[in-house]
Amino acid sequence: MADTAYTGPSAVKLAEPPAELAREPLVLNQRSPGWLSDTVAGVVEAKTPLWWWISFGISFPTMIMCFSLIAYLIGTGVGVWGNMHPVMWAWDITNFVWWIGIGHAGTLISAILFLLRQRWRTSINRAAEAMTIFAVMCAGIYPLIHIGRVWYGWWLLPLPNANSIWPQFRSPLMWDVFAVSTYFTVSVLFWYVGLIPDLAVMRDRAKTQIRKFLYGLFALGWTGSNRHWSNYEKAYLILAGLSTPLVLSVHSIVSLDFSVSQLPGWHTTIFPPYFVAGAIFSGFGMVLTLLLPLRKVCKLEEVITMRHIDLMCKVTLATGSIVGYAYGMEFFIAWYSGNPYERFTFLNRAFGPYWWAYWTMISCNVFIPQLFWFKAIRTNLVIVFILSILVNIGMWFERFVIIATSLTREFLPSNWGMYHPTWVDILTYVGTFGLFCTFFLLFLRFLPMIAVSEVKGVTPQADPHHPLGGAREGGHH
Amino acid sequence: MPQTAIQYGILAEFDSTAAALHAAEKVRDAGFRRWDVFTPFPVHGMDRAMGLKNSKVGWFSFLGGVTGYTSGMLMIWYMNAFDYAIPVGGKPMFSPFYAFPPSYELTILLGSFGAILGMLFLNRLPRLHHPLLKHRRFARVTHDGFFIVIEASDPKYSEVDARKLLESAGGRHVEVVEE
Repeated sequence: MADTAYTGPSAVKLAEPPAELAREPLVLNQRSPGWLSDTVAGVVEAKTPLWWWISFGISFPTMIMCFSLIAYLIGTGVGVWGNMHPVMWAWDITNFVWWIGIGHAGTLISAILFLLRQRWRTSINRAAEAMTIFAVMCAGIYPLIHIGRVWYGWWLLPLPNANSIWPQFRSPLMWDVFAVSTYFTVSVLFWYVGLIPDLAVMRDRAKTQIRKFLYGLFALGWTGSNRHWSNYEKAYLILAGLSTPLVLSVHSIVSLDFSVSQLPGWHTTIFPPYFVAGAIFSGFGMVLTLLLPLRKVCKLEEVITMRHIDLMCKVTLATGSIVGYAYGMEFFIAWYSGNPYERFTFLNRAFGPYWWAYWTMISCNVFIPQLFWFKAIRTNLVIVFILSILVNIGMWFERFVIIATSLTREFLPSNWGMYHPTWVDILTYVGTFGLFCTFFLLFLRFLPMIAVSEVKGVTPQADPHHPLGGAREGGHH
Repeated sequence: MPQTAIQYGILAEFDSTAAALHAAEKVRDAGFRRWDVFTPFPVHGMDRAMGLKNSKVGWFSFLGGVTGYTSGMLMIWYMNAFDYAIPVGGKPMFSPFYAFPPSYELTILLGSFGAILGMLFLNRLPRLHHPLLKHRRFARVTHDGFFIVIEASDPKYSEVDARKLLESAGGRHVEVVEE
């Protein structure tokens, strides 16, 4: 440690690491912290671009359509949906499980990758967490409206009903209520805690009084004090530590809604890990679908780099392969268990009347992600974008195959039936995209879509032992 | 009213994380108690340079988690086994196994609230007013500025000595901030 007064290095010559050890930097072109603030906050402060108005002009009416159809459903009854004996759970629960699965990538990126010290998460975690929150909102609608008499929705809460009877906690559906509501609340808290320093960035840059007041209000008086950072970082670490078992438990508990039942095709022990892997798989698909166009239109290619996309593709490949293994194992157990009902259910999935749904699922979830083995595919953004959409189509079909086709053929052949969605089913599902996109667009417009303070913290300039952070050349590392 | 204004402390700006880190070590060694470093992002090693102890947020979270788990178990026992027992499928009226998933979720829920409220409590936030936030140059703290402030309420504080210390540590634009 030098004792003389500090003089900044006029030029820094970095010792080049050997080529095979060199890593692509997380922020390209050695950008400074100030540049990061200007770039990320600039997206919010600039005049609302045309693409935003066009997207909002589409998604907002779509959201209104969603609410109108829900009003129609509540006013008329669940008969407006295609749910009919024996398929009493259909698109409603399919969409619920699908949307909530999408949320999982956000928590994986923000919590699990944080615990694993994956510093590349900082460029994508804010947008992914926002995606989580809005996806869980879309998911949360379905359990509420599918109960038919929505005004009895409060029976899900731990409150006594008119006969003083309490909810019955031996049912996984009650576990689900606690899991999903905790998931939503903790995701919002985690997201907000991450936002506090960035809201202070927005506050200190604000040009108008109203912006200064609102950002200042939500920044809670953040000053960047190191005594505060110390508690803040500990709280963030604990939240990451709590969110990790949370995210693993949420889709596990969702899967228990099925696997605790007796129905062939649902009653399997592999469900919890398999649902979690599928959830992360679909969530990464959605993160890629959202961020690939956004980094382009918001000119954030230097912050969300090709390396980030490459890594996300690899996570998609890994989780897609786990899902593929789970499909194979389900089939193996269906045969190995010697249970004729179980075996029939799986043969029926692949070769029965819903064979096309099954093979769409297998193609999109197992075969197509294998293309990510090739670097040429991972670096071709158009192909990555298309594949990321196919991943989510595949995952939707997975939920549909598990839920609907298992119900169409259960133990008694006299109980068999087919399921056909109505226009209300289809348009309500389309409407949830409107809800999701409307909230996501508002998020892009008013909040920094990249965790500025966290990205600043992973640049070499932030490291006091790095020459770019002001350490003298030859200083200890 | 510069004559009657009360001093909040003395503010110095630094060029880089390394400069702020080394200056913090000097302020710590000079024995000041009420002072702080302000940075746009958490700087690795700054807690040690400032001589800060491990944060106590964990205790708040632990307390929240224990409360969540216990209240979950008690709630389910009270509702399903004590206040209005409903026999379902010959299953026991209460078993820790079926009560586990909701209690687990409540552990996480209240543990998270504990962490966040504990963090805000220890940081004395939210705070709608702070003398530094009125300072024009200090606004750079969320952009790319690194600052050290020695507060006037520190028992060792004297404007001359504090200024000399910060200047010798490499601080620029050393100036007094008013309350």
